[in-house]
Amino acid sequence: MTEPATGFVRTEMLDPLAPPERAGGPLVWLRANLFSSWLNAILTVISLYVVWRVLATVVPWAANGIWDATSLSNCREIRDELYGPGVPGACWAVIHDRWRQLLFGFYPKALYWRPILALAIFVVTVLPFLVPALPRRLMWMAPVAPFAIFWLLWGGSVWTPVLAMAGLAVIWGVWSSVGDRHGAFAGWVAGIVALVVIFLPVGRAFDAVLGTGETWLDALFPLAGNIGALLERALPASIQSVITREFGGFELSFIIGVAGIILSLPLGILLALGRQSHLLVVRVLSVSFIEIIRGVPLIVWLFTASLLLNYFLPPGTNFDLMLRVIIMVTIFAGAYLAEVIRGGLAALPKGQYEAADALGLDYWKSMRLIILPQALKISIPGIVNTFIAMFKDTTLVMFVGLLDPLGLSNSIRADQSWNGIYWELFLFIGALFFVVCFGMSRYSMYLEHRLARDRR
Amino acid sequence: MTATTEPPRAGFRLSLLIRDTRYRAITIQVLALAVTAAVLYWLGWNTTRNLAAMGKQIDFSFIWGRAGYDISQTLIPYTADSTHARAALVGVLNTLLVSALAIVLATVIGVFVGVLRLSNNWLVARLMTVYVEVFRNVPLLLWILLIGAIVIGAAPEPRAFRDGTASMILGSTVAVSNRGIFIPAPVIGPGAGWLALVVVLSIAAALLWRWRARRILYTSGRMVPVLWPALALLVLPGLAVWAGFTLAEGEPLAFDVPAIAETGIPRFVGGMQLRGSLLALWLALSLYTASHIAENVRGGILAISRGQTEAAHALGLRSGRTMQLVILPQALRVIVPPLISQYLNIIKNSSLGLAVGYMDLRSTLGGITINQTGRELEGMLLLGLFYLVISLIISGGMNLYNNHVRLRER
Repeated sequence: MTEPATGFVRTEMLDPLAPPERAGGPLVWLRANLFSSWLNAILTVISLYVVWRVLATVVPWAANGIWDATSLSNCREIRDELYGPGVPGACWAVIHDRWRQLLFGFYPKALYWRPILALAIFVVTVLPFLVPALPRRLMWMAPVAPFAIFWLLWGGSVWTPVLAMAGLAVIWGVWSSVGDRHGAFAGWVAGIVALVVIFLPVGRAFDAVLGTGETWLDALFPLAGNIGALLERALPASIQSVITREFGGFELSFIIGVAGIILSLPLGILLALGRQSHLLVVRVLSVSFIEIIRGVPLIVWLFTASLLLNYFLPPGTNFDLMLRVIIMVTIFAGAYLAEVIRGGLAALPKGQYEAADALGLDYWKSMRLIILPQALKISIPGIVNTFIAMFKDTTLVMFVGLLDPLGLSNSIRADQSWNGIYWELFLFIGALFFVVCFGMSRYSMYLEHRLARDRR
Repeated sequence: MTATTEPPRAGFRLSLLIRDTRYRAITIQVLALAVTAAVLYWLGWNTTRNLAAMGKQIDFSFIWGRAGYDISQTLIPYTADSTHARAALVGVLNTLLVSALAIVLATVIGVFVGVLRLSNNWLVARLMTVYVEVFRNVPLLLWILLIGAIVIGAAPEPRAFRDGTASMILGSTVAVSNRGIFIPAPVIGPGAGWLALVVVLSIAAALLWRWRARRILYTSGRMVPVLWPALALLVLPGLAVWAGFTLAEGEPLAFDVPAIAETGIPRFVGGMQLRGSLLALWLALSLYTASHIAENVRGGILAISRGQTEAAHALGLRSGRTMQLVILPQALRVIVPPLISQYLNIIKNSSLGLAVGYMDLRSTLGGITINQTGRELEGMLLLGLFYLVISLIISGGMNLYNNHVRLRER
């Protein structure tokens, strides 16, 4: 048999044909995305008009801005001179004049390096937790950083934070050694007992003997505070202290926000676990706590903290307004977090709980190793949303007399020279908050994506 | 020597309280209860001691005393001679008023933006994203202050309307001034009662028509037009009655358009005044919450799998009907619970009206009354209770709804 003659075999490739005209290019994109129907075409035209109007108003206004002036009227004079009367122009001079106040409040000018350094320490400390590419070893800063940051911000004797740290280390030691031998529950009890027995009475005794000053740290950790006072006499090592009234501006919002975020997460987890608990008493207590806290606006809680706390505490107690606010914000955010995390706990299949039990893990171990990692992963968007809401809510502290950026904006606008200004100020403050909140929400999306291993 | 081991004895040792899970549950609960009771007792004890030191007692009778302060916006008759309780009631009504207004506006804007964010129009979707991100990531208080500054501070004085430097908008019916916004007020004329009756009846008739059309569709499969007949039923009778009365006796429902007073102090006469504080709080609450609602709506629609749309299309349903009959009923199940929480947030956030001087409950009972009587403890307690009760009622209602729409799995 001979092979049938092949009629035609192409020996070289042809050039690919150009795509049909309607399949690509900007015109097709326009047609598909902007003018796909009459309705869409109309919407597009309206949107374009809106965008044009906004830009035509804002861009010249911002570009004509005056950066160097002493007051609003001065600003207007300069503007009229430069561009002629009636031409819109922003008066950025208010930012130029007051940016220090908006960022740092009345923090002493010579000490600005301290909050900046504290911010740097904060960033370096949290980065290894946020970015998985960084080496885990960097996390060793975490236990030390809060104390260093506290010391930098408030100043005073270095011994106070050092001893507070030592005190906490003792409690942690008791908790972990007893916990290892006798179970987690016994560890908790022993830790709390250590806290109460060692610190309060001994510290109070020192107070009586030494007559040392009551700062809020002394109130929490009297022993550390008092030994600190002794050490300070023997070996002075202190930097200029800054009182809470001098804190303000975005620095204040940031401190309250970050402290609230870090402290409210454990509280929220505990409350959520309490709400899911099999123990009736624990469940009822958690539910009532969560519902009462969530049912009342934060502003009412803040007023409670500033007006009523003196009723509920022993006579003569007077502790720092900022600490009160941080505690209130923490509790408030904790209650909201508890609901978010409860959703995550409820979404886990029952099999996970049963598997953890079958492995013989006790309650805390099964929660820590099996349940919470999965439940928290599911709840990430809700958790971050709560954090964002809390960060925005730090602006409410202006109602109890703390000078956050909005509180300062009120006093700036009440000032003779800047009376009547608002867009420039609020744009600046809004941009500060936007950067932080938007950053948080983008990070949560990234985290969600990275943790979605089961759906890859 | 015996090789037998002792059988574990059922004796009770104190250590079992911690080590044995059966007893531990009791230990923990007793401990929790004891600690809570101790803390509450400690707080109460401190409070009585502090009150005694100040020479005060817990006493709610102050709310029946004379208030002695004026409230700028009152929905019910109120004077400075009224009681604190009445001032509180005025505050409650103001809180509910601004919340209701904000809930309506926020829902409308939120649904609109949420749906448009999913639009296949690239530009519109981007614009809505910008709106949502800008409003979601900036504190509500800033929006309240900013809109307050614009409405109260930047709007022209009434004087400007007289000398012609400012003019009224929307066909000279609405005046935006720094004394608030003046809008036309409805004036009831002869036959208004009849008109109202006819309107109610025509709404009932339209609903009846819709019900009948649906029954015919379900029993015989025949489609009966709904939209146009229902619209006709709604509009025509009312229009006829209105025209009849207008020709015979005068307009049953007219509008009193505000105007600047010709002489004397420049001020607006006639019309209805929306105070700047109400307006600022209303707009800020609505725009801010709408950005959250938009995200809920978008999430709800996205949560319905594409297969549902495709299946509906395969059944021959058009896009509109697919949305109405297949997607929306399922999406609502996802959308409504967070929507209700947003409504709750609106009510709670309305207490921020303090920043622009809106006289809600927080400013009357929780503000001026407390300052005047020195009853912080009682006042804050009442204030807290009000918000707590409202939020418990709404969450209770939401739970009922959730149970009602829950997927019933076999």
